[in-house]
Amino acid sequence: MKRWHAIGIATALAVVGASTGVVSAETDKSIESIEQYREALRDGNPAELFEAQGEELWKTPAGPKNVSLEGCDLGLGAGVVQGAYAHLPRFFKDTGKVQDVESRVLTCMSTLQGIDVKPLIDAKFNTPEKDRLEAIATYVSGQSKGVKVEVSLVHPEERKAFELGKRMFYYQGGPHDFSCSTCHGQEGVRIRLQELPNIPTHKGAAAGWTSWPAYRVSAGQMWGMQWRLADCFRQQRFPEPIYGSDVTVALSMYMAATANGATMDTPGIKR
Amino acid sequence: MSTTVKSLSAVALLLVLGTASAGAGEGPWGPGADDASFKAMLKSGFRSKGIATLARLDQDETQAFCSDPDNVSGKTGEKKRAEIEAANLATVKWPSDGVWLGDYKEGEKVAQSGRGLTSTDKADMVNGGNCYNCHQLSPKEISYGTIGPSLYQYGKLRGDTDEVKRTTWAKIWNSKASNACSNMPRAGHMGIVTEKQIKDLMALLLDPASPVNQ
Ligand code: HEC
Ligand code: HEC
Repeated sequence: MKRWHAIGIATALAVVGASTGVVSAETDKSIESIEQYREALRDGNPAELFEAQGEELWKTPAGPKNVSLEGCDLGLGAGVVQGAYAHLPRFFKDTGKVQDVESRVLTCMSTLQGIDVKPLIDAKFNTPEKDRLEAIATYVSGQSKGVKVEVSLVHPEERKAFELGKRMFYYQGGPHDFSCSTCHGQEGVRIRLQELPNIPTHKGAAAGWTSWPAYRVSAGQMWGMQWRLADCFRQQRFPEPIYGSDVTVALSMYMAATANGATMDTPGIKR
Repeated sequence: MSTTVKSLSAVALLLVLGTASAGAGEGPWGPGADDASFKAMLKSGFRSKGIATLARLDQDETQAFCSDPDNVSGKTGEKKRAEIEAANLATVKWPSDGVWLGDYKEGEKVAQSGRGLTSTDKADMVNGGNCYNCHQLSPKEISYGTIGPSLYQYGKLRGDTDEVKRTTWAKIWNSKASNACSNMPRAGHMGIVTEKQIKDLMALLLDPASPVNQ
């Protein structure tokens, strides 16, 4: 019952979203009406569907070992999901790496469930394989809604990931000479009508970091930070970042740590 | 007990780091610092997709210089900045037939289009100039970005002397010729747009009949 309700809203949003592509005075209106929907959706973000699906995937035994992900250690101890996202990325002793939610879930799928995760990493976005990962990330993020971001920079590897992420943020390349900073390095600028957070500031990093995974109204899709970054790299005219790779985790570390103290508001809803 | 102490000191350290990270330039992170780790991260982090190959991660001198925010802000690199501008100026190809201005209607189309050169684009498609992504131009287009200054009435305010034509052409061909770390792409130099498209953009900016100059 509740699901059908949410699907109805999703359809309505998709219609509004479609009109944001129109280059005219309509665009402003559409952005306004999305704001209204956002208000109206406080208790009915279509992302809830993905959260529910993610929870099911988390709790259902799967893979060659036929176990669930409930034993997965997201950093607060095996099985603790509540609040975990707000402390990610972080260093994990067992892998010797700093990991974000997506790369950590892949580790658990591999070690706990015995799943070969290479095909999942390589799969395109907007395929059932990737959608399942997005759903799990959405579920985990939802369990940190309202929790303060508190990412540690104590371990040398955590500090290193932050520094490398920061350096990547300013790294220019490609035919357009773009870096993240070209689009996200100033206060109050926009591309066309889309406002761009100034990520090196606490406020800008918080706006970006605490609202993803988000349901993208215009696309009718649920995007985690990995997908968000992949699409920004595409606009940057860069090659494709590998899902869960160190470079994506480092950028997330840079954003999350800069956002420390802000409150998670996930799953979000976006244009 | 000890975890509480540990996490408390973590928070304290975070507060310190949090303030420090507000400014650019401090900390062992910039170009030259642990290059091996950075290169390894780049190498393992990307794969070629379509026309967006791994070669795009290799920087030219301008990109390397401008990847340091202290150079961008002018805190460091003053001498190098002048060298980089000179090198970029030397790349500018002036109109081969001496004609500066094309058709402003075509120029409007080039300015509107932001297409081309992404991992999902094809090599043989016509690229756009992305201009409206960053600039206001024709007042009829209200969906414009603000990374660059407004170019509304560009020609009307400056006139159409040879000097204006030359600087405008150079700006579009290679924006770094006059501003080493401009956020504007080097549209001609990097092959984003063709000479013909630049002429049309010139007309959009400088033709008195162009909507930009109304
Ligand atoms: C050429 C422009 C461009 C570049 C380069 C770019 N982005 Fe973006 N980014 C955007 C746009 C446009 C949006 C908003 C997208 C939307 O609303 O559909 C965005 C959105 C985001 C968001 C979500 C912001 C929010 O408030 O929801 C984050 C986080 C982000 N980008 C990070 C990055 C990082 C990190 C990089 C570098 C790897 C990067 N971007 C490179 C254009 C860019
Ligand atoms: C990603 C952002 C971006 C894009 C895309 C872009 N510009 Fe710019 N442009 C800027 C910035 C920033 C400046 C100011 C700094 C400078 O002069 O280098 C600028 C400056 C200019 C100037 C000089 C303005 C003055 O008053 O001196 C002209 C002319 C110009 N741009 C034309 C264009 C045209 C034509 C296009 C499309 C082919 C374009 N720009 C695309 C960012 C951009």
